[in-house]
Amino acid sequence: MATSSLISKSSGPLGKLSNLHVVIAVLLLATTYVSICNLMFAEGSLLHVSDYTVSLFGKYLCYALLALAVDLVWGYCGILSLGHGAFFTLGGYAMGMYLMRQIGDRGVYGNPELPDFMVFLNWTELPWYWMGSDSVIWMVVMVFLGPGLLAYVFGMLAFRSRVSGVYLSIMTQAVTYALMLAFFRNEMGFGGNNGLTDFKEIFGFSLQQPSTKLGLFIATAVILALAYCVCHYIVNSKMGRVVTAIRDAENRVRFVGYKPEDYKVWIYVVSALIAGLAGALYVPQVGIINPGEFSPLNSIEMVIWVAVGGRNSLYGALIGAIVVSYAKTRFTAIMPEAWLYALGGMFVLVTLLLPKGIAGFVPSIIAKFKGDVSQNDQPNSSTKNKAGEVKS
Amino acid sequence: MIVDKSGSPITATENIRPDTRHGVILYVEDVSVSFDGFKALNDMNLYINDGELRCLIGANGAGKTTLMDVITGKTRPDTGKINFGQQVDLLQLDEAEIARAGIGRKFQKPTVFEQLSVFENIELSLKGDKGIWTSLFHKLTGEQQDRIAEILHTIDLIQERNYPAGRLSHGQKQWLEIGMLLAANPRVLLVDEPVAGMTGQETERTAELLTSLAGEHSVVVVEHDMAFVRSIARTVTVLHQGSVLAEGSMSDIQSNPEVIQVYLGEEQG
Repeated sequence: MATSSLISKSSGPLGKLSNLHVVIAVLLLATTYVSICNLMFAEGSLLHVSDYTVSLFGKYLCYALLALAVDLVWGYCGILSLGHGAFFTLGGYAMGMYLMRQIGDRGVYGNPELPDFMVFLNWTELPWYWMGSDSVIWMVVMVFLGPGLLAYVFGMLAFRSRVSGVYLSIMTQAVTYALMLAFFRNEMGFGGNNGLTDFKEIFGFSLQQPSTKLGLFIATAVILALAYCVCHYIVNSKMGRVVTAIRDAENRVRFVGYKPEDYKVWIYVVSALIAGLAGALYVPQVGIINPGEFSPLNSIEMVIWVAVGGRNSLYGALIGAIVVSYAKTRFTAIMPEAWLYALGGMFVLVTLLLPKGIAGFVPSIIAKFKGDVSQNDQPNSSTKNKAGEVKS
Repeated sequence: MIVDKSGSPITATENIRPDTRHGVILYVEDVSVSFDGFKALNDMNLYINDGELRCLIGANGAGKTTLMDVITGKTRPDTGKINFGQQVDLLQLDEAEIARAGIGRKFQKPTVFEQLSVFENIELSLKGDKGIWTSLFHKLTGEQQDRIAEILHTIDLIQERNYPAGRLSHGQKQWLEIGMLLAANPRVLLVDEPVAGMTGQETERTAELLTSLAGEHSVVVVEHDMAFVRSIARTVTVLHQGSVLAEGSMSDIQSNPEVIQVYLGEEQG
């Protein structure tokens, strides 16, 4: 009897589906708009978007991708990672190494084989871990392998030992801090505190060219859209429900027969892969990667993006990353030293006033206008949609 | 079926069929557990027959919940043996494997997945492969849909199926958790205080439900509510200070002088 209504329910309510469409449409439309305004309208025109702005937006989109990764583990699985910067930066270094090798003999020392900093250190040959770094395939593999492997090993150790909560958060932070200290050392062979920079070209396109910058921006937007679809699929699959269940009652999940450790490691690795990808897209657009990106402060900022945008909501993460990053750009231009206070203040305000972030706030306003009927009304598809919106 | 008498770990937990040729599904033998010197279980011996409904009673600290923890793998005993059927050594398995092998548990405090809907709670509990890749590409079959609907009817939550489980009343959460147990279709159900916080009518229906489950499943109920125990019990086991004090029908137990002294005596006095 009720089977038909059960089926329609489980195949995913329409509200969630259209959410995905709206986000992808907005993202792609905005990208098209920025691209057209950058290409078609001359400087001085009201509609002109400068190359600088295009790069800035590209950076925001990388942050949005990173926020997606943080949201996946924190918002959905309840793992508060304060070290996602580590995955981001490792992905960035993989890309940075590739770009470094593309400089060739155009560096200051003109060594066709060795990057400048190695010549400066009087090294005579490439260290073994730089072997193959001039190949695109090597770069793509390393962008995923570095962060993925770190997440897998860390996850296996931490989750198998059932470390959770604040202890886990501290451990994630310690990992990224340790990596920062290690990468600061010149002997590591990653350029020490200067990091990797002075890139000339990517895939044969000059990084100074506005068209390359635009291309990178568009590529970032497309990859973000794809990653969003993947995350949307994951959180709406049974996997997503198991993960949510782990967040809310891990022990119960265990006694139902799932192994929470396996699920946590899996989602953590997926999240790290996305974060690594974000880092790889970030480096060519800002032109530098250095150990400062490993700083715990950066990782905390990522968590704040998600908190502001609304955790447990994928589009909330995107909004949060973009809004906070934009605020940072504005704020640091006016009074840089006050930015951290503003960031902290934002976090406190959101926690107190908007526990579900921006993404939870807007639907609740709409619900108020319509009058909240979901409490006592018969559960029908429309109430479900509303509940779904608030939740997702 | 492969029976491994040597006691080597059995890994294919999905396919475990406990050997119950002797009529016993759960063997708890000489099990002791101590926490910081306190003996929660003290050489406990308990045998649950296949298909029976057993009530466990005992004062606070008698070891009822610890016993459930030990059976489901949450707590490892210091000494002793726990077998599922004759051949499956539960001490070799972890919590998830024990659950998949066919031992379901309802907690004392109702624990459901509050953010998920009632329907989804049942869906996650369904018997089947609980691996990562299956979950990622899982689609409910028509058969599973029907099974969920059937369970929702049994626990009378069909109307609330799309509500987040966190919004249910205490009694409804208890029922949902029983529904989750049903979905897993375990051989043994361990039910810890199923009627706490229920109205009289709800209690009555819970009694009916648990009684109807016995036979096909083995049901072990821990309960404080003596009226409830009286209404469902066939065999009652009284625990006291981590061991079995007495075992028998309700009337045997009530006339047992030792039991009267340590347990019923307290309650009546």
